[in-house]
Amino acid sequence: MHFAGFVAQLLNGFQYGLLLFLIASGLTLIFGVLGVINLAHGSLFMIGAYAAFVVVKATGSLWLGLPVAMLGGLLLGAVLERVLFRYFYAREHLDQVLLTFALILIFEEARALFIGNDFHAVPVPAILDFSIPITAGFSYSAYRFLVIAVCLALAGGLFWWIERTRMGAIVRAAAEKPEIVNILGIDAARVHLAVFAVGTALATVAGALAAPLTSVYPNMGDGLLIISFVVVVIGGLGSVTGAFWSALLIGLIDTLGKAYGPSFQGTALGNAVAALAAMAVYVLMVAVLLWRPTGLFGQRP
Amino acid sequence: MDKPAREVLLETRGLSRSFGGLAAVREVSLTLERGELHAIIGPNGAGKSTFVNLLAGEIRPTAGRILLQGRDITAEPVHARAHLGLARSFQRTDIFKSLSVLENVRLAVQAVALPASRLLGGPRGAPELKERAIAALEKAGLPDGHKRIAGTLAHGQQRQLEIAMTLASAPSVLLLDEPLAGMGPEEGERIAALLRTLSGEHAILLIEHDMDFVFAVADRLTVLVEGGVLESGRPEDVRASPKVQQAYLGGHA
Amino acid sequence: MSAPHRMLPTDWRGALGLLAGVVVLAALPYFVASFYVGLITTAMIGAMLALSLHLLVGATGLVSLGHGAFYGLAAYMVYLVSPEGAAQPIWITLPVAMLSAGLAALVVGALSLRARGFFFLMVTLAFGQMIFFVFHDTKLGGGTDGAYLAKPLLSVAGLTFDPTSLPRSKRSWPAYYVALGQLVVTYLLLALLLRSLFGRVLEGIRVNEHRMLALGFATYRYKLAAFVIAGTLAGAAGHMWALHSGFVNPEIVGWHKSAEALLYILLGGLGSLAGPVVGALAFTALGEVAQQFTESKLLVEGLIVLAAVLVLREGLTGLFRRTSRMEDFGEGDDARADETERSNG
Repeated sequence: MHFAGFVAQLLNGFQYGLLLFLIASGLTLIFGVLGVINLAHGSLFMIGAYAAFVVVKATGSLWLGLPVAMLGGLLLGAVLERVLFRYFYAREHLDQVLLTFALILIFEEARALFIGNDFHAVPVPAILDFSIPITAGFSYSAYRFLVIAVCLALAGGLFWWIERTRMGAIVRAAAEKPEIVNILGIDAARVHLAVFAVGTALATVAGALAAPLTSVYPNMGDGLLIISFVVVVIGGLGSVTGAFWSALLIGLIDTLGKAYGPSFQGTALGNAVAALAAMAVYVLMVAVLLWRPTGLFGQRP
Repeated sequence: MDKPAREVLLETRGLSRSFGGLAAVREVSLTLERGELHAIIGPNGAGKSTFVNLLAGEIRPTAGRILLQGRDITAEPVHARAHLGLARSFQRTDIFKSLSVLENVRLAVQAVALPASRLLGGPRGAPELKERAIAALEKAGLPDGHKRIAGTLAHGQQRQLEIAMTLASAPSVLLLDEPLAGMGPEEGERIAALLRTLSGEHAILLIEHDMDFVFAVADRLTVLVEGGVLESGRPEDVRASPKVQQAYLGGHA
Repeated sequence: MSAPHRMLPTDWRGALGLLAGVVVLAALPYFVASFYVGLITTAMIGAMLALSLHLLVGATGLVSLGHGAFYGLAAYMVYLVSPEGAAQPIWITLPVAMLSAGLAALVVGALSLRARGFFFLMVTLAFGQMIFFVFHDTKLGGGTDGAYLAKPLLSVAGLTFDPTSLPRSKRSWPAYYVALGQLVVTYLLLALLLRSLFGRVLEGIRVNEHRMLALGFATYRYKLAAFVIAGTLAGAAGHMWALHSGFVNPEIVGWHKSAEALLYILLGGLGSLAGPVVGALAFTALGEVAQQFTESKLLVEGLIVLAAVLVLREGLTGLFRRTSRMEDFGEGDDARADETERSNG
């Protein structure tokens, strides 16, 4: 195993974990506070990535693309909450699953209609298009460092919102006990709107940040959605702190598993190891659920 | 009523349960004999509900043991206790609201009386389940209206249905958690009469708020306060106990 | 005497309706182009998968997002025992497909049924994805590209029926009629199961599992039995897919397959066993009609799902039953509402 390569994989895993956190924190808040299973959350990520692609293509500036993805996400989230989701808070899981499945189909098709089904690369901003030398013979992409920095800043902002503001306190309380919002006589509609809009914006920003790393392509949010659910379940429903640690854990395990798993392939045992590495996060999730059915940071019922 | 042979059906020894350091039930030891109606009273928060849930197996004790007919059932899951002859009713009516009255009770019979080998047959192949269900309904004072959807019954009738479901498995021990909750005086009188006839065949552990009712039907009383037993004995003795008068009856009844 | 089961026809009119549906399906190949015969075969396979899932969703109240994995796994098993150029008779491939799907369901069910509600949904999803990745990320079944397989031979008692002996326009007929037969058998099996005392237990679990436990039902075992039966029947549907298409790829294992099956159930109507069949056929038909007008098939499908969730609360079959059954069920169906947590005071 090459040491510099290993450090690079660790950094990749860290950066991937932080992106996962942006997606999963919205998912966990939306489930915890609103009680909605949002399968379309991966599509929101996809929308953010395509928003960045469109802006970069038109203006050449990712610096514009990021705020557009963020504000657009807030707006999109607010509209979705007002028009659709608020009618589904009290509905069956099955209805929520299908509502959001329908949204996936609609978002994907809209993407195909407006932009098409091709892969598109999104250039890294010229100013960051270089590598930072870490040690002799090993350097790491400057843009990835930016992604890490932005993710950390956003995570910091989110924790500040949740921990230090009045609405944050309500959100925390509601994630533990959704009825509390009604008991306290708080304007529940406002809290719901804020949570959904913020959750959506976090996903779209994550998409915009990821666009230069992964390119944009159809169904790009699909794999991330499932992984984000794994993050939420392992972290514990409604727990942003849980989502943070579990996102980092999953980011590392998934990255290292995918990087080093295939190298085992060849023998029968090696193939099994490789397959196991490919689905390591799912194995982990099942193990956590059997051990602690409400996740690592979840409230015990 | 005389009881020639004393036979302990249910017994707890030092039963305790705490939630996060807070003791909800502490060191409760009591017995329930065949043919006896043993009532547990106590102010709100005295641990009565926790005690019933411990007996039924919904929650696990932090210490102590539960014996049913001499057999240790402390570790048995909820459903296994039903098969060993323990049946309970719930304080908040817990029935199958969208099923018919008959089906509610028929399921209760099926739970204990149907061998797995006959599961794939239809209900018509097991008429005895229906007969036993009807008998339980009649006993609980619901002789007709069996096709009605349970959720459409009046509250008092739902309480009676709840009792019918408890009786249906022909249990040796009945745990009745506030069977009068939300009932009118007339319905209450009917339940009192029912309990008196039932206590001949079953051992009944009754949790109840209504003092007049408790003193009218119980053979024995246990007063719980802050999770522990304050006093236990015949109703007239408990009523006369200064401890009880001071701690409970004086203030709340 | 009360109805045999909430989800089955209550009177002769309903039964006659079902029979008429089967007759129409049986006659259809004589009236439509070969392309549509294939299309309806696909729809009937979707209906079988959704029917098997309905034993969990409609009858027991368990929403699983991993059901498609048993279907896909079974199809892949057909590929593994009869890869391209090495056809096996159906009496080998079908049991292999069903047994492997049932066995997988036993393992997945035993673990995931320890979780409830949202967590059950997630665990089934995770297990489904694990099976998906086995075929997606390894070379076992041709990887991401999928693989062609030898369609199982339609052999009975030593006699093999060869579809290529038919004129070209009728080559899709055998698969069609096998699928129709299997669909009818699946429905009848499930109907018998629902009518049985076992079905009554599942209904009790759906309405109020907590009470079932207190009555003495070991609900976990009943749910596991239902899960395994549903998985085995999904395996039969997956076998039919292999027989019909002769091709497997990871898409048939992924969670979209499960969501599609849930969609058929909801569109057709949760309250009826015939719902998934109606849903699958209607969805296919609507998609086909939509394609006449627009390129955006997914958009139309998404809008149909949206409409089904927003407007058709009881599905298409609910439209027919509404009038006749109102008085039996009182107002609204609060049956599934009482899954609320019960505190231990």
